[in-house]
Amino acid sequence: MALDVRSRFDTFVVGAANRLAVSAARAVAQSPGAAYNPLFIYAASGLGKTHLLSAIGQLAKQLQPDLRVEYVTTDELVERLHQAVTRGETEAFRQKFAELDVLLLDDVQFLTGRQETQSELLRLFNVLQRSGKQIVLTSDRPPAEIADLDDRLMTRFSGGLLVDMGTPDYETRVAILRRRCDERDVTFAPGVVEEVARVVFANVREMQGAINRLIAYQTLGEGDVTVESVHGLLGDRGNGAGHQRLTPKSGEYESFLSGLAVAVAQHIDARRVKLVELTAEWRTQGYRTGALERALQSKETTDPDALVKEFEHKIARLRALEQELVALDPTQRGSVQFRDPAALEELERLAETLRAESVPPPPPDGSLLRSEFEVGPSNQLAAHAADAIVEEPGRRYNPLVIHGGAGVGKTHLLHAIGNELAAASGGAMTVACVNASDFVNELIAALQDSAIETWRGRYRRVDALLIDQIEMFAGTERTQDEFFHLFNTLMEAGKQVVLTSSRAPRTLTDLDERLRSRFEAGLVVEIQPPDRLLREKLVARVLANAGVTPSSEVLHAVAGLEMPTARDVLRVGERLADMAASSNGRLTSADVSRVTSVRRSTPVHRATPSGDAHFGDREKTVWDWPDLSGRIIEDLR
Amino acid sequence: MSLVNYASREITCKIVYYGPGRSGKTTNLHYVYGQVPEERKGKMVSLATQTDRTLFFDFLPLDLGTISGFTTRLQLYTVPGQVYYQATRKLVLQGADGVVFVADSQSRQLDENIESFQDLHANLGNQGMDPRTVPLVLQYNKQDLPRDMIMSVDELDEALNFRGVPRFAADALHGIGVFETLRGIAELVLKRLASPAEAGSR
Repeated sequence: MALDVRSRFDTFVVGAANRLAVSAARAVAQSPGAAYNPLFIYAASGLGKTHLLSAIGQLAKQLQPDLRVEYVTTDELVERLHQAVTRGETEAFRQKFAELDVLLLDDVQFLTGRQETQSELLRLFNVLQRSGKQIVLTSDRPPAEIADLDDRLMTRFSGGLLVDMGTPDYETRVAILRRRCDERDVTFAPGVVEEVARVVFANVREMQGAINRLIAYQTLGEGDVTVESVHGLLGDRGNGAGHQRLTPKSGEYESFLSGLAVAVAQHIDARRVKLVELTAEWRTQGYRTGALERALQSKETTDPDALVKEFEHKIARLRALEQELVALDPTQRGSVQFRDPAALEELERLAETLRAESVPPPPPDGSLLRSEFEVGPSNQLAAHAADAIVEEPGRRYNPLVIHGGAGVGKTHLLHAIGNELAAASGGAMTVACVNASDFVNELIAALQDSAIETWRGRYRRVDALLIDQIEMFAGTERTQDEFFHLFNTLMEAGKQVVLTSSRAPRTLTDLDERLRSRFEAGLVVEIQPPDRLLREKLVARVLANAGVTPSSEVLHAVAGLEMPTARDVLRVGERLADMAASSNGRLTSADVSRVTSVRRSTPVHRATPSGDAHFGDREKTVWDWPDLSGRIIEDLR
Repeated sequence: MSLVNYASREITCKIVYYGPGRSGKTTNLHYVYGQVPEERKGKMVSLATQTDRTLFFDFLPLDLGTISGFTTRLQLYTVPGQVYYQATRKLVLQGADGVVFVADSQSRQLDENIESFQDLHANLGNQGMDPRTVPLVLQYNKQDLPRDMIMSVDELDEALNFRGVPRFAADALHGIGVFETLRGIAELVLKRLASPAEAGSR
């Protein structure tokens, strides 16, 4: 509804009976949402409530033209709500009111018996107040006397400033009448206005009606109104018949209450009130606010703003930690600690631990692919088992133990399994692929840094654990112990474990029996030295990579060579590729023989295996150095 | 006692009406009680003798409803004025947030007024309260009596109000000045909220 432009603060006559209400209204207009919210003005009919509402709206708009101000009577609000419900536009109705900066609601006593409107108003109240928007209400009686008013609305109505306006005193009445005469540009004989002011009227509106009558009489040329003629012209009114006195002794108690309300508003610590409100809000959000409540009770609390700031900071930190920790460890979801600022330090420590744990264990080597792992009769069982695992990790063969001599391709197959698992899950699986000796070293480092729990956490969170050269655990009691528990944890959780070993698990007598027996419980497969077909495939691959297409004769010749490891085969293939490069890509059986002769002329220097397990590892040690002549020939080529 | 409980949004003030016997303390409470709307009326407890003299004390809880979001309660007490009820006066004074000293304006009661006022100061001191900072207002009651029987406000000021605290002329029997006095003391009590240092020294 539009505001009445004539109803402004400068056209409102202020007297003792309404001074408080006007001051509060002006404060509200000057800083909506900040001073008294809600402002509840109550007064009998005709004493200026609607005028004040309009004045608030106009001053607020004048000071801040962008403000969205809405003046609405309760009846109109009810009507609009009904229309919205009928048209199915309740949401639009809510939205429109929720976007207001100032809501001026007139005559809320008409909420009696309007339960739906009350519910809607309650909702609107909550929305507006939460966002610091101003609400001003008027009524002809205090909230407690509005029949059938929802208790929650009643407390909200009374939650800001409650002011009443009494009937104006004689001087104020004279001032009101004089202002009306000025507006109408009428001058009465001396004493007339004062005489009207002495007449008894129920309210200001009726008094203004009376002066209008006199103005009409005088301006219509019926002669000047005199003091003596006032009563005659006003008829019954002038005699005061049927009306109560204009200045009854208004309730002392109400007046006392109004005065006290001002004192309370002046003296309560607004910062503490804000702290209370925020505390309540945080409490409803589930945060533990015990510390704030204690601070509120304490006289030592001198700076509530600092407390609010500190608490807000803690809550922001809690929220950030909750997000981070739940991402790191979904089991943390819903933990009550995320609502307890006192648990902040503990959560920070937990976050630190989880962050460290979340550093993924070593992944498989991306260059060792399953597609490049050639399969022949000597390794097909292992390859099939690997493929089955990738298809159903943790279900088919768990654990899978692949054993075989050095250089037969165990490590390649292990990393290939890891890469395939990761790829098959779209990167969702955490695959740890680590050499046993590195595993031991990591454990030692963790023990050194007192970070054993973090280390354990890292490995316990993997989806697949692949350990190369499990025989390296020999002589490591603590590692075996830790591995035993890790193994059990992963197996219980249905996670895939793949191990490689240079020997069959049952022969790994340096390992605990409890480990060996568990290794045997899954599938143990052996990779034999490369068979003829595999040798042929491997050499063909190397040559193909070098852009050489060997004849079947050459491949046949190569496959016939005795090579105990896949690595040997690859090396021969590389030499042949080199030869092909120097002979325009053509290879003959003679070339194969030359490679063989070079190999044969190369004395094999077998280093004496030392006590260090690393040097006992054929795969990690270069055993076959070409002799001097061989190296010169290679260099010359 | 907790004056303002921000957590539970409650304001509770204990106000004690102090003064010599028959100065009108209970009359003040009765008048207030009579003005309170029915729905807000608590139960006034008055332990009086058969001759209507306060034997122990009167207690009027005033539930003022919600003011600025705070559930506000005033607890009004009177002490027995007679000299021999010293122990009761001390007891009632405990934890008072403000004191209304009701003086009898009759000239012949001046000594009683002064004696009672001194007694108030002594009792406040005994309670560990600083009489200089405790919210205090004076009410010069019975100002409706003939001029020749009573002391004027200025004369009473001269005799009692050496601290210059707010004072109110009253005719408690007819309610004149009763609520003004109550409002005066309530405002002083509330004002102390704004200065925690002072409140803490209580």
